[in-house]
Order: sequence, then structure tokens, then C-alpha cells
Amino acid sequence: MNLYDIIFYLFAIITIVSATFVVFTKNIVYAAYNLLLTLFGIAGLYVLLGADFIGIVQLIIYVGGILILILFGVMLTNKITDVPIKSGVLQVIPASIGVGMLAGILILIVTNISWRNMELTVPESTIGSLGMLLMNEYILIFELLGMLLLIALIGAANIARK
Amino acid sequence: MLVEYIPLFLVIAFAIVFAFGTVFSSKIFGPQRPNPEKLSTYESGVQPVGTTHERMSVKYYLVAMLFIIFDLEVIFVYPWAVQFKKLYLDPSVGTTAFYAMLIFLVVFEIGYLYVYKKGGFKWD
Repeated sequence: MNLYDIIFYLFAIITIVSATFVVFTKNIVYAAYNLLLTLFGIAGLYVLLGADFIGIVQLIIYVGGILILILFGVMLTNKITDVPIKSGVLQVIPASIGVGMLAGILILIVTNISWRNMELTVPESTIGSLGMLLMNEYILIFELLGMLLLIALIGAANIARK
Repeated sequence: MLVEYIPLFLVIAFAIVFAFGTVFSSKIFGPQRPNPEKLSTYESGVQPVGTTHERMSVKYYLVAMLFIIFDLEVIFVYPWAVQFKKLYLDPSVGTTAFYAMLIFLVVFEIGYLYVYKKGGFKWD
């Protein structure tokens, strides 16, 4: 158990505990704030895996953006505390079949893969090489991304102002 | 590589300890002699009217929606900005990197102008 493991388990615990709170809490505001912690924990795990750019994106887009959207969505609703969030038990048989199949697939995958202990070779920083690739090989895709964002912006403007 | 993140972890740890410490130390060390006057929301201020669970205006949501898109735009500038000097000195890229980002931003600014003309930044 070295420092790496300790930090990993710290972030894993943060993620799992707050995710459990998101599912089980009765107050949607608490759920939203716990989702913040969940997403933050995932960002930490990304950084630990050496994907620092994805970690930053996770923090800026999800923690800083999507979560604010969710919180505003919660604030738009009239009732916050006394809402029965839990939906009743419906369609037990199809649900259990679906869950069983998903669990089966996951167990099959976990048991069939030959897990190997690899020597950790984490790149220094992924942002630099990402910038290089974005400006060399994927420059067209980069410009197309600009177009995609433009379309999203026009769509948002149309929703905002009918 | 993880060594570079130690200062960051220290800052996060300090922030958490400081935030919880300042809040809870006053609870632990301070004397507790509450009375109804002290427990009111604003002890020497105006009495609050209504609950805090008010419905917010939908305008906030629209602002947040626009914010996310601009946020996404900035994300794509980061790798370019970090690597700009190297890209510029690279003979196979050179000024292309600059113009590529210029086109990206100009295309995006068309959307910005569209939102502006449409009145998306107006509050009322």
C-alpha cells in the first residue's frame, strides 16, 4: 500500500459514498450536491490514471457546468424537500431479467479477461501531445468541432429566445 | 508524475480541513447559550419573509446553458495554448496553428453574434 494506492482509495471512497447518497437521499438539493462530490472524485481518478486533460475537462465541464445546470433545474421546481423521488415498483420481471443479463455480462467480462500487472508508465502530461495532434492530424476535426459548437450555440439561442 | 500533483493535493486537503475546521471549531470551543433572539435568522436585522424554497426564474437556466457552451469552447483552447510555442517553431505547422485557432474562434463568434442579435444576453 503506497501513496498511490492511498490516494486512489481516497478518491474511490469519495466517489462511491457520494454516489450512494445521490441515490438514497430524499432531498434533491442534497442529491445534486453529492453529485458534485461524485464527479469530483471521478476527476481525481482520471488524474491518477494519467489522463490529466480529461480530469480538467471533467472538473470544468461537469463540476463547473453541467452541475450548475442541474442545480438550476432543481431550483426551477416548486417543491424541493417533500417530493417522493422513489418511483414505485413497476415491471419486476423485465427489470430483473435486464439486471440479471447486465450482471451476467459484467461477470463474464471480469472473469474472462486475463488481467495483467503492468509496469506503470504514465505520460508526463497529455495536454501537450493532445495540442500537437489537434493542430496536425486532426485539424479538420478541430474546425468541425467549432461548427458543432456553433450549431449548439444557435440551438441554445433559439430555445432561450423564441 | 504524481509528484507534480502533491502541491495540488495539499491545497485541496488544506481547503477541506480549513473549511470544516473553522465551522466546527466554533461549535466545539465556543460557549453555547442560545436564546430565541440569537437563533433568529438575522439577529439585529429585518425579519425574513417566506421560505427560502422559492422558485427561481428560468432565465438563470438559460444563462447556465449558454455558459456551458462557452465553457466547452475554452476547453479546446487549452491544448493549443499549452503547445503554442512548440507548434509555432515546428516547421511543418508554423503559423497554421494560429490561423486554425482563428478560424475556430471566428466560426464560434458567429454563434456569439447570433445569440447577441437574438437577445440571448438580455436579462428581461
